[in-house]
Amino acid sequence: MDMSSGFSLLSIRPIVPELTMICTALILLLLDLIVKKKEVVAVVGIAGTLVALYGTLRLYGFSEPLTVFSDMFVLDGYSNFFRLIFYLNVILTICISLRYMVIEKASFGEYYALLIFATTGMMIMASASDLIVLYLGLELMALSTYILAGMMRKQPRSNEAALKYFFLGAFSSAFFLYGISLTYGLTGTTNLKDIAASLQTLNITGNPMVLLGLIFMIVAFGFKIALAPFHMWAPDVYEGAPTSVTAFMSVGPKAAGFAVLGRVLFSAFGAMQIQWDSILIPLAVITMATGSIIALAQTNIKRMLAYSSIAHAGYMLLGIIAGTPGGLASTANYLMIYAIMNIGAFAVVIMLRREGFQGENLDDYMGLAKSHPVASALMLVFMFALTGIPPTAGFIGKFYVFMEVIDAGYTYLAVIAVVFSVISAFFYLRVVMYMYMRDPREEVALATSPSMNFALAVTAVMILVIGVFPSVLLDLVKFSIPGLL
Amino acid sequence: MTAPQWFFAYFAGMITLLSVVMITRRNPVHGVLWMLVLFVHIAGLYLFLNAEFLAAIQIIVYAGAILVLFLFVIMLLNLKKELTVRKVQKHWVLGAAIGVIFALFVVTVVAGITVLPPLGEYSIEAIRSEGSIMTLGKVMYTKYLLPFEIASLVLLVAIVGAVVLAKKRI
Repeated sequence: MDMSSGFSLLSIRPIVPELTMICTALILLLLDLIVKKKEVVAVVGIAGTLVALYGTLRLYGFSEPLTVFSDMFVLDGYSNFFRLIFYLNVILTICISLRYMVIEKASFGEYYALLIFATTGMMIMASASDLIVLYLGLELMALSTYILAGMMRKQPRSNEAALKYFFLGAFSSAFFLYGISLTYGLTGTTNLKDIAASLQTLNITGNPMVLLGLIFMIVAFGFKIALAPFHMWAPDVYEGAPTSVTAFMSVGPKAAGFAVLGRVLFSAFGAMQIQWDSILIPLAVITMATGSIIALAQTNIKRMLAYSSIAHAGYMLLGIIAGTPGGLASTANYLMIYAIMNIGAFAVVIMLRREGFQGENLDDYMGLAKSHPVASALMLVFMFALTGIPPTAGFIGKFYVFMEVIDAGYTYLAVIAVVFSVISAFFYLRVVMYMYMRDPREEVALATSPSMNFALAVTAVMILVIGVFPSVLLDLVKFSIPGLL
Repeated sequence: MTAPQWFFAYFAGMITLLSVVMITRRNPVHGVLWMLVLFVHIAGLYLFLNAEFLAAIQIIVYAGAILVLFLFVIMLLNLKKELTVRKVQKHWVLGAAIGVIFALFVVTVVAGITVLPPLGEYSIEAIRSEGSIMTLGKVMYTKYLLPFEIASLVLLVAIVGAVVLAKKRI
């Protein structure tokens, strides 16, 4: 047996951030038994994530991808950039959860441990260079989010969300496994780079079974990132889950799904770009249309943001359709910006929730600007960013993606995307209109907390800074692509 | 058809048939018992593929442990109402149509391909020379160490989830 396939201490180095996160989650599970105050658990969770972030930043921007564990796990710029999104996602989610989960009477220590476990799963997905590791990372993430969605154990709405997510998630996992098995049957390997090599040497890129395997995998990833027509679960699950979990899972699994979609398509099926483009283009158009148009009819803000997240998945898909390194980078960039603005928007939604008051209806935002000018101004920033109006970061994200897709020769897709962006402005700006131009119906008090204020400040400042100085983020993104292709 | 093809055709056909029979039973206990037969047939297919260890695991873990767990849960739930509800729901025609179209699609795709020679380093001869348990153990702790460890995390999350969702006071 050769030693290279064996275990050595050197192979630990690239997975140090994952190990840190796993240790953090395990510590949280134990700590919850000893410490009564959930704030302590949350702070330890954030501290552990920061240690992992430090580990990632130390390795950030190096040139050579490191592959370990017999080529099953790869640490490159691509996975590092996505890890930054996941860290940001989990830290901000913990910040906005603290008071909210107490109000919902679902403040358990396991909640924070599961958030970290889910994040670990996403990190493994982003770094997986083998379909088996990818699948296990996906299950780790998915299983944690199913449970998180059902965290409000006494509320039927939350139970329904968890169960629905679980069943449809299991269904999509089946599709993914079927796709892997077909690909494995034809190429004899589950390693992404080896699949690419086998497709070339066996000359089977036109084989219908390879295509079927690819389609099944796209279906499974499409489910995770809520592409239409695999989006049916999203509105119900987003509405029923605790709002902080909705914020978490509208960003994390979506970013992880895009990370694996990009990696699988580019590094394993790069030779079949014509085929996967012809699948993804209709999906992108349907997704943008479904998200933007159905969102118009929503009166519940969580459902509205669910459809908005579907529409955003359509815009992000354009970068992958472009099929160029720049296109993939633009998608990664968009995901980071989307993470910031979406969590910001959900933070405001969470603030409206108090004991005995849901605060999820659009009507609840009527005249909010009169009683709570700061919160309304922040919501205005987030809504402008989600619409994509300069000088917010949302504009940078969309601009970069549209530019790349036009460069790749799909001008018509950019035109369609702009049309749907304009349509989406209607429901985003309706929230702004309600806040500033309507009279308040009833007095709305906000549930603020220091951690919530911190999260709001961070997201709002980042949106404006990236909007005015996009190079801040683009400098980070540019490390993400070399080494992947 | 040669003897192995008959063998495969029997098991593959029975697996499909038994799956349909299983999900159409009104009584959940009957469904579980049909699943037992189904699992035995899957084990037969594993044997056919020279994976005798997997076949044994299939019988011991799935047919043995998991099915007993299923029966326990059904017993505890006392599902009387299930016996009276309609077997098929409103949209069954649509669902069946989609299923048939999907099956036809897969069959035409799979039938149209040229069968490739066995690929990869673990050929039947290589596995036979050292036995399937030894090969499995070796690759699990060397090449597949990382997935093996991640699987343990998935199980841990499942345990935590079961406690969080089901325990009366946490």
